[in-house]
Amino acid sequence: MNLLTLTIILPLVGVLALAVAPRENTKAIKLIALFTSVITLISSLLMLTKYKFGVSGFQLVTSHSWFKVFNINYAIGIDGLALVLILLTTVLVPIVIVGGWNESENGRWSVKTFYALILILETFMVGEFAATDVFLFYVIFEAMLIPVYFLIGGFGRGDRAAAALKFLLYSLFGGLLMLAAVIGIFVVSLHQGPGSFDVTTLSHLKISHNTQDWLFLGFFIAFAIKAPLFPFHTWLPGAARSATPGTSILVLGVLDKVGTYGMIRFCLTLFPEASKTFAPYIIVLSLFSIIYGAFLAIGQKDLNSLIAFTSISHFGFIILGIFAMTSQGITGATLYMVNHGFSTAALFLVGGWMIQRRKSSQIADFGGLQRITPVMAWCFFIAGMSALALPGLSSFVSEFLVLIGTFTRYPAAAVIGTVGIVLAALYVLILVQRALHGPLQEGNEDIPDLNRREKFAIAPVIIALVFLGFYPKPAIHIIDPMTSQVMAQASMSDPTPLAGK
Amino acid sequence: MLTSPALDYNLLAPILIILGGALLGVLVEGFVGRTYRARIQLVLALASVAVAFGWVVSIRADVSQSAAVDSVSIDGGGLFLQGTILVLAFVALLFFSQNDHFAPQASALPGSAEEAQALSAGVQMTEIYPLVLFAISGMLLFPVAHDLITLFVALEVLSIPLYIITGLARRRRLLSQEAALKYFLLGAYSSAFFLFGAAFLYGFSGSLSLGQIRTAAAAPGANHIFLFLGVLFISVGLLFKVGAVPFHSWTPDVYQGAPTPVTGFMAACTKVAAFGAMFRIFIVAFSSIQNDWRPVFVAISIVTMAGGAIAVIVQRDVKRTLAYSSITHAGFLLAGAIALSKAGLTSMMFYLVAYGFATIGAFGIVTLVRDSTGEVSDIDRWAGLAKKSPGVATAFALFLMSFGGIPLTAGFIAKFSIFTAVYATGNIAILVVGVLSSAIALFFYLRVVLIMFFKEPTDDTVTVAVPSFLVSSGIVICFVATLVLGVYPNLLFNLANTMTTLVP
Repeated sequence: MNLLTLTIILPLVGVLALAVAPRENTKAIKLIALFTSVITLISSLLMLTKYKFGVSGFQLVTSHSWFKVFNINYAIGIDGLALVLILLTTVLVPIVIVGGWNESENGRWSVKTFYALILILETFMVGEFAATDVFLFYVIFEAMLIPVYFLIGGFGRGDRAAAALKFLLYSLFGGLLMLAAVIGIFVVSLHQGPGSFDVTTLSHLKISHNTQDWLFLGFFIAFAIKAPLFPFHTWLPGAARSATPGTSILVLGVLDKVGTYGMIRFCLTLFPEASKTFAPYIIVLSLFSIIYGAFLAIGQKDLNSLIAFTSISHFGFIILGIFAMTSQGITGATLYMVNHGFSTAALFLVGGWMIQRRKSSQIADFGGLQRITPVMAWCFFIAGMSALALPGLSSFVSEFLVLIGTFTRYPAAAVIGTVGIVLAALYVLILVQRALHGPLQEGNEDIPDLNRREKFAIAPVIIALVFLGFYPKPAIHIIDPMTSQVMAQASMSDPTPLAGK
Repeated sequence: MLTSPALDYNLLAPILIILGGALLGVLVEGFVGRTYRARIQLVLALASVAVAFGWVVSIRADVSQSAAVDSVSIDGGGLFLQGTILVLAFVALLFFSQNDHFAPQASALPGSAEEAQALSAGVQMTEIYPLVLFAISGMLLFPVAHDLITLFVALEVLSIPLYIITGLARRRRLLSQEAALKYFLLGAYSSAFFLFGAAFLYGFSGSLSLGQIRTAAAAPGANHIFLFLGVLFISVGLLFKVGAVPFHSWTPDVYQGAPTPVTGFMAACTKVAAFGAMFRIFIVAFSSIQNDWRPVFVAISIVTMAGGAIAVIVQRDVKRTLAYSSITHAGFLLAGAIALSKAGLTSMMFYLVAYGFATIGAFGIVTLVRDSTGEVSDIDRWAGLAKKSPGVATAFALFLMSFGGIPLTAGFIAKFSIFTAVYATGNIAILVVGVLSSAIALFFYLRVVLIMFFKEPTDDTVTVAVPSFLVSSGIVICFVATLVLGVYPNLLFNLANTMTTLVP
């Protein structure tokens, strides 16, 4: 069997194993889930041995007819973009399981349900990035909302049912707009030969300007809701406040990347003309996201909301990089997706442990943790530094690339974007100061430091942040061929440097 | 000299088998004692439907214009719809096995001494089975009828038993009888409209046959006034039957008042028959003047989709909710019907199957949620259903998702294919409104899911009845069909795609 298909199916095998596991033995259930996710990780790493680096186009492709009348196939394949995001997914899932070892126990349903949902979500996430058939992509795009809905609504905190519903409604609405566009592009392909949903075939279609604009908007709004881009972001803070840390990591770290992934995969390659038409507006919106997200993050009193708003700001950078439409911009944005995944994971993991120990998510309730729990505080500090893109940590590389890439085409936008970095320093440093330093808050004296399991969960994330910070070359090496292919398909070329004019 | 008309009994057999079963059922009613009557009637009804289905399968490749002189045309499209009606009716009949949904003695006044007596004596209404079989025979004839008189007869044969069985609910009998009367009166009006239209068409073309009407309509220089009047009035009759806006107002009342198993049967099977007939009439007889009537139908389709979706939001009663949802679906189906293409017909046929299974399953689940006085159809009292019975709540959620068109359910494939067929004919307005009304309706469906799964149970009097074997197999069949057709649509879609022949 194709390794990619295997990686997609393995979590489902784990779900079957969970189904027969005894309900009361929660330890066995957790171990089965962990084992499954590790095997999936290994399977995805094995793909690297088959993957030809430096080659553009899809690899490890398979295609089976699924819905014949409409020429819909179970067609999967990976290029650099898909590969890095799949690896991000398969790395984060075991970390989420280890890091949130006990977060499944206070839910509305059994522990078994929690892990089954996580594993089903993993299948969908890997399948989503691997899909090369637009219809398959759409189906998974919608289907993956269901496990998240139940994860937030069933295992979250506070007003979880409302947050879950809001999340689902926003995403479904976006999805329906995308469905209209998916049908639209199929009908266009029907007029130009045998109808197809294959993304490569579709990228060769000749679509009139007007049609392209509409279809672009259908896809783009769906992705902007997912990403989330200002002004479509309002579902995110509620979801982040209510979800468990593990769910938040998967939603913000991976699921939302489907939005930015889709912008590159579908918006840029299928509708290059429309992308150029709308790029200036989108860049304005992404700058709004960067600044607005940062300002709101500064003002947050709740730790989870703060992390959510920093993400809005960071997604602004990613989208800025994508629609600058330069090689550095797109490569930087893709790398940013991976780095943001890790830095959000670190923030939510450590933040989740802090909240769990303090029984409060108000930033004001923390304070003085640096002295009481040095390891936890240092981990949180590193996570925060990566959020503000400190040189030496991975986010710096990607943020830098995005800004360079933007500067060559839109210098003003790059300058405004830089303000976002300054604001990032503000919200992170204020948070660090309030939560970790300062006088010891009452009630914090007996907070225990990280235990062995938690250290074990956070270590790979921090290693990834530092490693990709000093040596991003392997990742860039995977991403670059994809970038040049996207640029070629969109018939874009990098602007000549100003000095050369 | 009179010659007896030539009938092709082989091709008419499915209809005749059902009619025979119904007549036999009447005899059983008269001669079999109370102890075994209900069981025999149920088996007889299921057997007739199964045999008729087997027969439809055996003649699936036949095409004939003269099965009954010029009145019935047997072709792929018609046989597919007949098969659909029979399968859905079979599943719906499984829910009729819960006798406690029907009044013990329909003739006894509500609240009277006779009623109490019948209740305490354990009298069971079993004439419902022959009545359902009569209705099915009409439904089978409706989509294959090829002249206006046969169409009218089929319409009446399917409608009149439905009027009766609507009034047979055991509990809230006045509501049920009111629903029956409403259905009957409005149905009678719509039949009259249909007949009126038929008369105009006869006046226009000098014939009742759909083929002759087409020839007359396509002839140059004809005076089209009477043709348009005929199309208008016939459409009113048909749109009433499918429950399209603005002829939909009976739907919520009737769906709510009728005994729930009857509602499931009626909602699923009547729609199949009526849409089948509508598609045949419009493509065979009126396609040459489609530029004249299509804009009107586009408008009706749009207001039906949007109206049903908007009205569903404020509902508090599960049965009324499903009624408004069926109105929205009528709008989608109408969109497929007026595509007037092969793709439109295929997707309409698939949609009818997908919708039928989800509808019967959903109403089947409504029969299970009860308190001491009977079914509980107030949505708020379904709070925490997932805690009481996770299986039932999951199944209901799946049916709702199929209504809403969430991927991996049959409803999604159905909606997708209809939208594609509609968009391929260049009708973007329907696509946009369809997508928007899906979004609106989804809002409501998700709220029900939320109430079932995320609200704490507040009402301990509400319980989920343990379903009998027949009832649970009915729900399982609907559940599996909804899921399988969503994950692997090839199974049915390829079949539908090859069975789109319509004889002119």
